[in-house]
Amino acid sequence: MKSLILIMISGALINNVVLNQFLGICSFLGVSKQMKASASLGVAVIFVLTIASAVASILYDLVLKPFNLDFMKTIVFILVIAALVQIVEMFLKKTSPAIYKALGIYLPLITTNCAVLGVALTNVQNGYNFIECVLSGFGTAVGYTLAIVLLAGIRSRIREEDLPAPLRGAPIVLISAALMSIAFMGFSGLSF
Amino acid sequence: MVILITTIVITVIGIVVGAGLVFTGKKFFVPVDEREAAVRECLPGNNCGACGYAGCDAMAAAIVSGEAPVNGCPVGGNPVAEKIGGIMGKDAELLERQVAFVRCKGTCEHTRRQGNYVGITDCRAAALGGVNVGECDYGCMGLGSCAAVCPQNAIQMVDGVAVVDPRKCVACGLCVKTCPKGLIELVPESKHVIVQCRNRDKGPLVKKVCSAGCIGCSLCVKQCEFDAIHMEGSLAKVTYENCTQCGKCAEKCPAKVITRPLAASGKTE
Repeated sequence: MKSLILIMISGALINNVVLNQFLGICSFLGVSKQMKASASLGVAVIFVLTIASAVASILYDLVLKPFNLDFMKTIVFILVIAALVQIVEMFLKKTSPAIYKALGIYLPLITTNCAVLGVALTNVQNGYNFIECVLSGFGTAVGYTLAIVLLAGIRSRIREEDLPAPLRGAPIVLISAALMSIAFMGFSGLSF
Repeated sequence: MVILITTIVITVIGIVVGAGLVFTGKKFFVPVDEREAAVRECLPGNNCGACGYAGCDAMAAAIVSGEAPVNGCPVGGNPVAEKIGGIMGKDAELLERQVAFVRCKGTCEHTRRQGNYVGITDCRAAALGGVNVGECDYGCMGLGSCAAVCPQNAIQMVDGVAVVDPRKCVACGLCVKTCPKGLIELVPESKHVIVQCRNRDKGPLVKKVCSAGCIGCSLCVKQCEFDAIHMEGSLAKVTYENCTQCGKCAEKCPAKVITRPLAASGKTE
């Protein structure tokens, strides 16, 4: 039980996918302009990452491992995750249009997010079992959401500041992200 | 051997995934509004996002749900708007091309400057500092911020007042947002009877600063047979939907601040 909680916390804070492993930076910087958009992207990532980790884990244990096809895992995961997101999207559109609307364009966008693939690959590399994979996926996604929502908050404040001209726009966002990353390094001292 | 197994396994996974997609696609098929598909057909389909929606699909959905206007696609312009209007059954009137219009007539011959303004040549900067440049609190400052933002170069500063060239205007609305005095509005192209003043002060005060300002005499309101011109405080305002362009109000206006229709004057004033 303790190790499961540890996996989640480690995924969310200590090995934060964006600020520590530098995955999914593109959407992290691209979508964090508005708080609302970043929050819905975060929810969509939580949703997709949890399901994708579960499916990737099953696929790896039941198909890739028995056939000794470890080296094909990247391609297979890309294929399956892309299809999975599509299926989930269709499913949501039919069964709960409200959620479908809330996630909006972000659901299909996540298909190409490297964080999703990265987490699936790290999970199997660490030799996690099914439950550990799901929790790790969920924890990582929570970490991603935390990071992007924090950055969106910082950016909404930066907009109102009178910055020196060379720092306006992308530079100050990158500096803020770097400072956030340094701050998150503090979590590496977290022990139980 | 490894290659063979790899090929077979990956192919099987591919087929299973593909079959799964087809199955879910069929099983969870959501009937799309016929009009939505038709509207989507009319849109350019390059998903540029200039309309403010995520793509042409989202735009089509927004148009059908009534959230977005039928002429909301800035790329397709009028031809696309007409087609979509046909599908949506909207009146052609609503689709009419709009042009920006500067509601100030305070040229050098009608009004004066308060003094020599030597700050930043930008209306917004001057307004921020509480500077008016001209004597009228409501009028065009003449520093040309609207002309600077216009992507079509449709705005010229003529005698200290911004003038929009209706042929070049694409009704993007950038100048409307830029003008710190809120002087510019989008007007249906065919409507030429416009009160060209925004001064809300009472008559004598207006007369003091500008000889071409609306003095709030309400003669125009009495002239109008179509209930198309009204007083908002001491400023007349045309309701474009009701206006028939007869030009009677313009004839009577003592300050000659209402522009006249093409037929009556031969040109818009």
